[in-house]
Amino acid sequence: MYRHLMTGVAVAALLLGATGAFADQPKQGGSMIVTYKDDVSTLDPAIGYDWQNWSMIKSLYSRLMDYKPGTTELTPDLAESYSISSDGLTYTFKLRQGVKFHNGRVMTADDVAYSYNRAVDPKTQSPGQGFFKAIAGYDDMAAGKATSLSGVKVIDPNTIAITLSKPDATFLQVVALNFASVVAKEDVAQYGADYGHHPDGTGAFYVDHWTLGQELEFKRNPDYYVKGTPYLDEIDFKIGAEPLTALLQLQKGQVDILGDGIPPAKFLEVMNDPEQKKLVVQGAQLETSYLTMKTTMKPFDNVKVRQAVNMAINKDRIIKIINGRAVPATQPLPPGMPGYDKDFKGYAYDPAKAQELLKEANYDTSQSFDLYVYNTDPNPRIAQAIQQDLAAVGMKANIKSLDQANIIAAGGEPDQAPMIWSGGMGWIADFPDPSDFYGPILGCSSAVKGGWNWALYCNKTVEAEAAKADAMVAPDQQQARADLWKKIFTVDIMADAPWAPVFHEERYTMHTARIAGADNLFVDPVHIPVNYNAVYATDAQ
Amino acid sequence: MPLYIVRRLLQSLLILFGITVVTFILLYLLPADPVRQIAGRSATAATVESIRHQLGLDLPLYQQYGRYLWGLLHGDLGRSYLQKTDVATLIWSRLPATLLLMVGAIACELALGLTMGLFAALKRGSALDQGLMLISFVGVSAPQFVVGILLLYVFAVQLGWFPIGGYGHFSNLVLPALTLGFLGAGWYSRMMRSSMIDVLRQDYVRTARSKGLSRARVLFGHAVPNAILPIVAMIGIDIGVFMSGIVVVESVFGWPGIGQLAWQAIQRVDIPIIMGVTLISALAIVLGNLLADLVTPLIDPRIKLQ
Repeated sequence: MYRHLMTGVAVAALLLGATGAFADQPKQGGSMIVTYKDDVSTLDPAIGYDWQNWSMIKSLYSRLMDYKPGTTELTPDLAESYSISSDGLTYTFKLRQGVKFHNGRVMTADDVAYSYNRAVDPKTQSPGQGFFKAIAGYDDMAAGKATSLSGVKVIDPNTIAITLSKPDATFLQVVALNFASVVAKEDVAQYGADYGHHPDGTGAFYVDHWTLGQELEFKRNPDYYVKGTPYLDEIDFKIGAEPLTALLQLQKGQVDILGDGIPPAKFLEVMNDPEQKKLVVQGAQLETSYLTMKTTMKPFDNVKVRQAVNMAINKDRIIKIINGRAVPATQPLPPGMPGYDKDFKGYAYDPAKAQELLKEANYDTSQSFDLYVYNTDPNPRIAQAIQQDLAAVGMKANIKSLDQANIIAAGGEPDQAPMIWSGGMGWIADFPDPSDFYGPILGCSSAVKGGWNWALYCNKTVEAEAAKADAMVAPDQQQARADLWKKIFTVDIMADAPWAPVFHEERYTMHTARIAGADNLFVDPVHIPVNYNAVYATDAQ
Repeated sequence: MPLYIVRRLLQSLLILFGITVVTFILLYLLPADPVRQIAGRSATAATVESIRHQLGLDLPLYQQYGRYLWGLLHGDLGRSYLQKTDVATLIWSRLPATLLLMVGAIACELALGLTMGLFAALKRGSALDQGLMLISFVGVSAPQFVVGILLLYVFAVQLGWFPIGGYGHFSNLVLPALTLGFLGAGWYSRMMRSSMIDVLRQDYVRTARSKGLSRARVLFGHAVPNAILPIVAMIGIDIGVFMSGIVVVESVFGWPGIGQLAWQAIQRVDIPIIMGVTLISALAIVLGNLLADLVTPLIDPRIKLQ
């Protein structure tokens, strides 16, 4: 499956290369209709953090860095070029000249500085605030003691320098995040708290009209700085229909893309119909679903017990429960992420060996523990399968099926939720860098109340190695950095086994034959769910 | 009569006040933390606390309630935590769709339900009666989701007579209104049937017949107006029910009503929206009932409001 994904990426890279070389670019024109079940809550890039608005914000705004369409490869965007100081602390970005906001004004470095300050300003209440913590002056501003980030300096209208408080190899990913989108100050001032409904960026599309709860229409930005793109003249987002209804509409050719994907209930039917299957696109989504074991609590304070759990779980059977929409996981990192080790075998399914380990650990088979699970289908069913697998090696788990908020609350407590199935709450990468899978879910700093490190796993040696990896900022260190992360996630962490990684969900979506583009644009790992800027209409060709 | 209305309005105000108290306490007791939802999973504890403070969610419950009530008295339903928009704007934007579906659904309910009930009562005990009551039984018990998808599949996908969901044209309204109408008709037909059977036994119907009035005049001049009385009260309640939104049908057909708004807000613990929708629905139910009470004496002079 991994191979399949990589070939997809390779083919796309070739295609993209080819388009550049032979000027065989798709023609502009045409339109498409995309459906979403839930409202688009806001298009303010400092606030938006939903399935629906993530990719929309990507297309309405732009950032200093972006990713090559369909891949996780960083490329300068609003920045024309950048340089990193030798100590790894200062990033200097040269901006493209003449980039215009949708309101017609030319963007300058002041706008970039304003946008970063705004995202960190506590008054903005941005869910992305924490991503900027590497910038010097962050702590003061986040605490309300300063009104701007001391590390952000406008050198001239086309140059901005950002100083960090310590080297951070993920910083270029941070400036590619939606939260780092450049907004126009005058629009924020004009619309105030309602800015999210009057977005104005420098992106490939602009909002033509928006009827709350019903419909949102994007038009192509004629002044977009990447000439010849985007390809579509218009994107119409229809809001409110169930995925099932949307599928019926797509089958009739009334809509072009299912924003929410193929409804699980119809998945097999679609895949068994050769005509419909042709319209299906599959891709990885940088996600891992796992079982956490609280390292501070009995019986999981014993590493042998945690390893035994890893061997007791039949991942293939669990994947069958979700109609095969996933690949088995051997490590916390998902395929497609730098540092993922495709050769790492992890713990093979081996109940006999699991029982041996439990015996070595003097495991008391009369004891029982709680297995917390999010109460939405298919998670309780998956938990039952895990419960059976554990029972087969003599471990008694009681399923506690709860609301997400309850699980998150219990997850951070040192004496609650000894085991949690992460399904439905699994970690999807914010940006394609392995450190995003360490700090917030496995690092010492997140092993706190209210944190997401539900195993309360904290290994000081690993922590030191992670810090070392994140300090490797020079371009020629990147291979070494990926290798270090590879070791951290496989050899180190999996030996401690705070998790039993179970599977990586695959994303399946459908689009009509009218809309075309490389497959990985429809399941873009970063422009989630679809890269609107890069797909095109066949009837305009 | 005016005194009665004033008294009922005051009562309604008290009920609404009670509802704000109960809803507020219930939402406060909810284990979910709205601030965590706003702050996102990458937020530090300091960010979470700062947002909590800005939203006033760190205040004691009575102060939070006091603030809410104060806003309410000024016509302010608050701001959505996640949509960052005034709740009133959000509800207002969905009101037309909700009203339209309500009118369509009630029209379908009445047309289907009253006709079925009338025929069943007139042919009481016959195969027609049994057949109609079977249909009404299905209507009462079938889940909205099943009926909605079925109608959608047959009339929109297979026959192509109507669009597959959506909003904006009359043709979009037909299927969702029919779905709700069919389900509601189950109740109305049963009520109409028993009410008609009751009325047909009354002395005044016998008198009318013995006066030599035509069958139609007996039926529509005397029997139906009397049989319909309890139905009027039911419409009043229905208005309230529909105003609080019809989550399932709205989702199936992609109908941008209040139900969708409420459902999305519940999933994401957007408390101001949940409060707002609850209040608006409560208001609609109270007003619907009041309306039914006021209309009844106009149809039936025997009933006087005291």
